[in-house]
Amino acid sequence: MTRAEVSTLLRGDTRANRVVPPTGYTAHLTLFVAGAMAFLVVFALALALASGRIADRWASELAGAATLRINAPAEQLAAQTEAALTVLGQTPGVASARALSAEEQVALLSPWFGPDLPLDTLPIPQLIEITEGEPGMDVMGLRLRLGAEVPGAVLDDHTRWREPLVEAAMSLRRLGWISILLIGGATAAMITLAANASLAANAQIIEVLRLVGARDGFIAGAFVRRFTYRAFFGALVGTLLGMTGVLLLPEASDAGGFLTGVGFQGADWLLPIVIPILGAAVAFFATWAAARRKLKELS
Amino acid sequence: MGARVIELENVSYTYGGGELLSDVSVQLQPGSFHFLTGPSGAGKTTLLKLCYGALLPTSGRLSVFDQDISSLDRDQLAVLRRRVGVVHQDCQFLDHMTLAENVALPLMVSGRSESSEQDNLTELLSWVGLGARLEAHPPELSGGERQRAALARAVILSPDVVLADEPTGNVDWEMSQRLLRLLIELNRMGKTVLIATHDMSLIRAAKSQVQARVLRISQRKLHLAGADL
Ligand SMILES: Nc1ncnc2c1ncn2[C@@H]1O[C@H](COP(=O)(O)OP(=O)(O)O)[C@@H](O)[C@H]1O
Ligand SMILES: [Mg+2]
Repeated sequence: MTRAEVSTLLRGDTRANRVVPPTGYTAHLTLFVAGAMAFLVVFALALALASGRIADRWASELAGAATLRINAPAEQLAAQTEAALTVLGQTPGVASARALSAEEQVALLSPWFGPDLPLDTLPIPQLIEITEGEPGMDVMGLRLRLGAEVPGAVLDDHTRWREPLVEAAMSLRRLGWISILLIGGATAAMITLAANASLAANAQIIEVLRLVGARDGFIAGAFVRRFTYRAFFGALVGTLLGMTGVLLLPEASDAGGFLTGVGFQGADWLLPIVIPILGAAVAFFATWAAARRKLKELS
Repeated sequence: MGARVIELENVSYTYGGGELLSDVSVQLQPGSFHFLTGPSGAGKTTLLKLCYGALLPTSGRLSVFDQDISSLDRDQLAVLRRRVGVVHQDCQFLDHMTLAENVALPLMVSGRSESSEQDNLTELLSWVGLGARLEAHPPELSGGERQRAALARAVILSPDVVLADEPTGNVDWEMSQRLLRLLIELNRMGKTVLIATHDMSLIRAAKSQVQARVLRISQRKLHLAGADL
């Protein structure tokens, strides 16, 4: 189908739409299906975008940061810390390595143990914050070397425990997009059914139009426009309702974690605008194909 | 226009129930007036449908304006139908549209602007005596009004040929005479007219007003009817 054909099909003579009676259950079915599906797409889209955002953020936070913990008797702690910093200084891919000060360590621990922590009397490990460069460091190699030279060192590269979370977020995003595709397919199928029912119910009208010299394009156009506009309108309402629902979700907060992060942020809010247009496009092609088939069959 | 408006050469039509028309040959010259008659169920409607491509011959060749109707695709057939005005047996309107819109339907489907044809439409509707019924919907019309509306719709695109299937089927004698006069008037304007009817009195009434050829279907064959009328 060329662009000119599409525009003729859509534009047509507005009065030409009237050749198909405006009533019938297929009209309500199309409106409802388009609305309900658009509503679902809004949520699937919010889910996909939010999980995508989280996956990206986690992945970028993980890459580039690691912590080295040194567990050693108090008298060896300073020496081992020194040795570890030396090793790290010689490791390719390490941009910087810095031993946390006593105050910083207290600050990290105080949420758990209160501010009056007697740091000097407790055997608290020394933490070294590592920032990776580009490309990153060879974690396995570093572990081996530390194992040999700094017996109390434990390297925690964060990825170990967060990797499955990033993986999960990415799967969620994938599921979100797959859902949108499935919803699109289901919409196409239902609109095809509705269009077929409408074409069959109006077989008599098609016969009259043929009798007076209507081409297939004219007849198909009348049906295509009806269904396209209906689907657009239904999807618009569904999208607006869905967006209202997303708007009413709680704000993203650290306490809520992922759940409160589902929603649209900034420019994301523009994306749902596409939904009614896609809904209309799905209806356009579904009805066009159904009409072509039916008109061939009725000849 | 070619020498013949419609030409059937050895046309046969068979459907599930058997052969309805067998080896029919006939030519309609431009400006001629024909009646097609025969008992109910003889195949008059079928023959008319063959002439405007609603049915295709099982065998033989049927050409309209020198175009083999079997060789046309659906769009070409649609364009051809704009040159063939058809008054269908049951009229067939779009019941949700007004009478004026129904009569203007051929303008709409052929992409002609209805506003520029408004005068034409008004004139045509008063010619058939429906000038006061423009806003009526088809179900509200009487049999005679429906037939006249169907005739107006059939000729709004100024076709070269008018095919009318039982145009006086549901009307009284007065109205049938009125419809006949309209059809004769169209013929005087140069249009080829073919009327399918089982009503012999209509044919007899026409004989004094127009030179008509009478074709009769019987026993699956088409005969030129003689003086027995
Ligand atoms: N495609 C078809 N399928 C079934 N019956 C048909 C078909 N075409 C014609 N007939 C039958 O053939 C007969 C002739 O029909 P028709 O052409 O309407 O006759 P007429 O108009 O002379 O009364 C009718 O009995 C009709 O039912
Ligand atoms: Mg008949």
